[in-house]
Amino acid sequence: MQIPYEVTPRPDTGVNNAKLGIWLFLASEVMLFGGLFAAYVFLRMGADAWPGMETFDTHVMATRADQILSVPLATLNTVILIASSVTMVLSWAALKMNNFKQFRLQMGLTILLALGFLVVKAFEYGDKFSHGVAPETSNFLGIYFVLTGLHAVHVTGGILVNAYFWGPGAKMWTQGSVRAKAHFTNRIEVAGLYWHFVDLVWIFLFPMIYLI
Amino acid sequence: MADHHAAPHEAHAEHKAGFWRTYWFSTDHKVIGIQYGITALAFLLFGFILMLLMRWQLASPGVEIPFLGALTPEMYNQFGAMHGTIMVFLGIVPLAVGAFGNYVVPLQIGAIDMAFPRLNMASYHFFFWGGVVMLASFFVPQGAAKAGWTSYPPLADIETMGQTMWLWGMVLLITSSLLGAINFITTIVQLRTEGMTYFRMPFFVWAQFVTAFLLLLAFPPLEAAGFLQLADRLLDTSFFLPSGLVTADGPLDVSGGGSPLLWQHLFWFLAHPEVYVLILPAMGIVAEVLANNTRKPLWGFRLMVYSLIFLGIMSFIVWAHHMFITGMGTAISAFFQVTTMIISIPSVIILSALIITLRGGSIRFTVPMLFALGFLPMFGIGGLTGLPLGLAPTDIPLHDTYYVIGHFHYVVAPGTILALFAGIYYWFPKMTGRTLNDTLGKVHFWGTIISMNCIFFPMLIQGLAGVSRRLFDGGLAYSFSEPVLEYNMFMSIAAAALFVFQVPFIVNLIMSLRKDRNVKKANYWDATTLDWSATPLTPVAHGNFETVPHVYRDPYEYSVPGSGVPFLSQDMAPQDDGPSEATIEVVA
Repeated sequence: MQIPYEVTPRPDTGVNNAKLGIWLFLASEVMLFGGLFAAYVFLRMGADAWPGMETFDTHVMATRADQILSVPLATLNTVILIASSVTMVLSWAALKMNNFKQFRLQMGLTILLALGFLVVKAFEYGDKFSHGVAPETSNFLGIYFVLTGLHAVHVTGGILVNAYFWGPGAKMWTQGSVRAKAHFTNRIEVAGLYWHFVDLVWIFLFPMIYLI
Repeated sequence: MADHHAAPHEAHAEHKAGFWRTYWFSTDHKVIGIQYGITALAFLLFGFILMLLMRWQLASPGVEIPFLGALTPEMYNQFGAMHGTIMVFLGIVPLAVGAFGNYVVPLQIGAIDMAFPRLNMASYHFFFWGGVVMLASFFVPQGAAKAGWTSYPPLADIETMGQTMWLWGMVLLITSSLLGAINFITTIVQLRTEGMTYFRMPFFVWAQFVTAFLLLLAFPPLEAAGFLQLADRLLDTSFFLPSGLVTADGPLDVSGGGSPLLWQHLFWFLAHPEVYVLILPAMGIVAEVLANNTRKPLWGFRLMVYSLIFLGIMSFIVWAHHMFITGMGTAISAFFQVTTMIISIPSVIILSALIITLRGGSIRFTVPMLFALGFLPMFGIGGLTGLPLGLAPTDIPLHDTYYVIGHFHYVVAPGTILALFAGIYYWFPKMTGRTLNDTLGKVHFWGTIISMNCIFFPMLIQGLAGVSRRLFDGGLAYSFSEPVLEYNMFMSIAAAALFVFQVPFIVNLIMSLRKDRNVKKANYWDATTLDWSATPLTPVAHGNFETVPHVYRDPYEYSVPGSGVPFLSQDMAPQDDGPSEATIEVVA
């Protein structure tokens, strides 16, 4: 039994099943992170104290977010994630050009960069915990840990998927027919869409939590 | 009929798979649909039994229940919270969307399966384990969640361990719904067979389509809220805990500064669209059954579809009408009152269109038709009693009274559940290849609708008299409501009667195992849609169609004048239907 439009796009919709599926999944992810961003705004607007907020009567400014969190490390992480998005595209392009070796290289780089992101993140978290700063310290730090933690879970998920395609999943290409190769290329494209989304979430997270 | 897809009946090899593969880890949408159906019915029965125990307490406070002893307030609170959760998330949604959606949608659009069969299997298993976690929570120290199905903080933040289990269970159920929603939308967009344009899709498919969008976009914010509440409970954050909160054990040791209102916004952002998740598939089922049994097309099919889409969009901006008494401000209340009044319009249009469909029909009073007809006035009462709750001035005194309970149970119990029964009686011959007994079905119908009304109508009166919901025993607060509290005994007896009247249904299901109940023809109800007209004799094998059908016409071409046949199936080629000029003339 062969489900139609698994590989080739349906003429009147212009997409294959997996591509539509991943866009729908990303739409739900937008709502998930959107819900958390909305919670951030709600908590901040209603808060008595928030990093960078001036008290109403004494005009004393509380410690700013960029004094609590490490902006240099977050900037480094931003660069790492954007670079990994670039290598992700290159890995897909390599398959399109029928260059499997190049795919392995670029996909491998994507995975390493993503791991690098998590390492930096772990140092950031470790630094906080060693100074006795934890989610329960304040709602600002609470939402910081929840948002970046959920993002890190998404990064981890991406790493697992990409590692599968780098390793065992690549059998579809190395041992597969022309159709299977096209299917594999589609899978990389879909994984790439997810990966760019994870990148994009970080690009919203970074200024919102660290800078403003 | 063009066979434009790869041969769908290569499936036979798969049929030799073992028991687990065939019945438990199946990727066939029909098997998964039946899995959902059986599990959901079991949960519905379980949730109903919890309520029977609570009704015992309400009717005769403190009197011991045989084998169980007297209900404690803690048990009452657990049962109340879990009744709501189980009925909504483990009973009705899985039955309406998981079971009927899975089974019927691919058949009605001429698809050989769902777009992502393995994802479909995964969504069932997420649902199943979500249910297991919920049930297991009864056995953790101090029992299951006690903070109501809405899990409102601050109470839910500081309640016992069952509340954490509730949240993990919800995360699994939400994951299941999200995967399901992605699958439904992709299937409907991508796998419609040749000629199946959007407006040739049956109303049921449209209802599932809109429902899937609601699930897809409304559930994630609740998941976000669930993560925040889990953080509050496990990481000691205070997202939902205001500063200076004092409990019986003294002041809470948290940083504070959070907002209980935030949970309510995130929760109702899901839970209002959820109301439509409960009702839209029911409307879809009723529309199918009405068209089939009035032997005429639905009145205003396109209008109904447009209403459905409008309803879906509007349902995202009415949520705060559940929160009029939270003090969120009159300007916000005004906005949500207006949107709430607007959203009632498309619901009324759909209900009216269904009622007008009856006019001039040659109605067959089959069992599914009885249930579908029962749905119409019951949903009408449910909808109309909702209007005073949508306006702040009238909502404020009615809030958290039995009036609210009566209102939404009219929508969901005699409304949606009757429609779901209609669906079961309607598609049972397709799903199992067996027929159900008519007499038992009719006893089931009349017993169910009468006892449901005897339970829920007095609730409206009690609520108007000011009886609060969720109370184990109102104590002094009940002293003003003495005259209406006497109804409780009557209502509890009616609830027991409702239970008794489910027996003929269960007996009917069991009796259908008898060999002489075999269905003789594939199109049992003489229906026009592909699920009946294009599939081979029931039950349908993996792969659905012997040849993939081609669709030539609108979904409900019953009694088309001049066609010379009682009905024209969607896959019937145009040359088959008599003098076509006459048809065009009449339609124009």
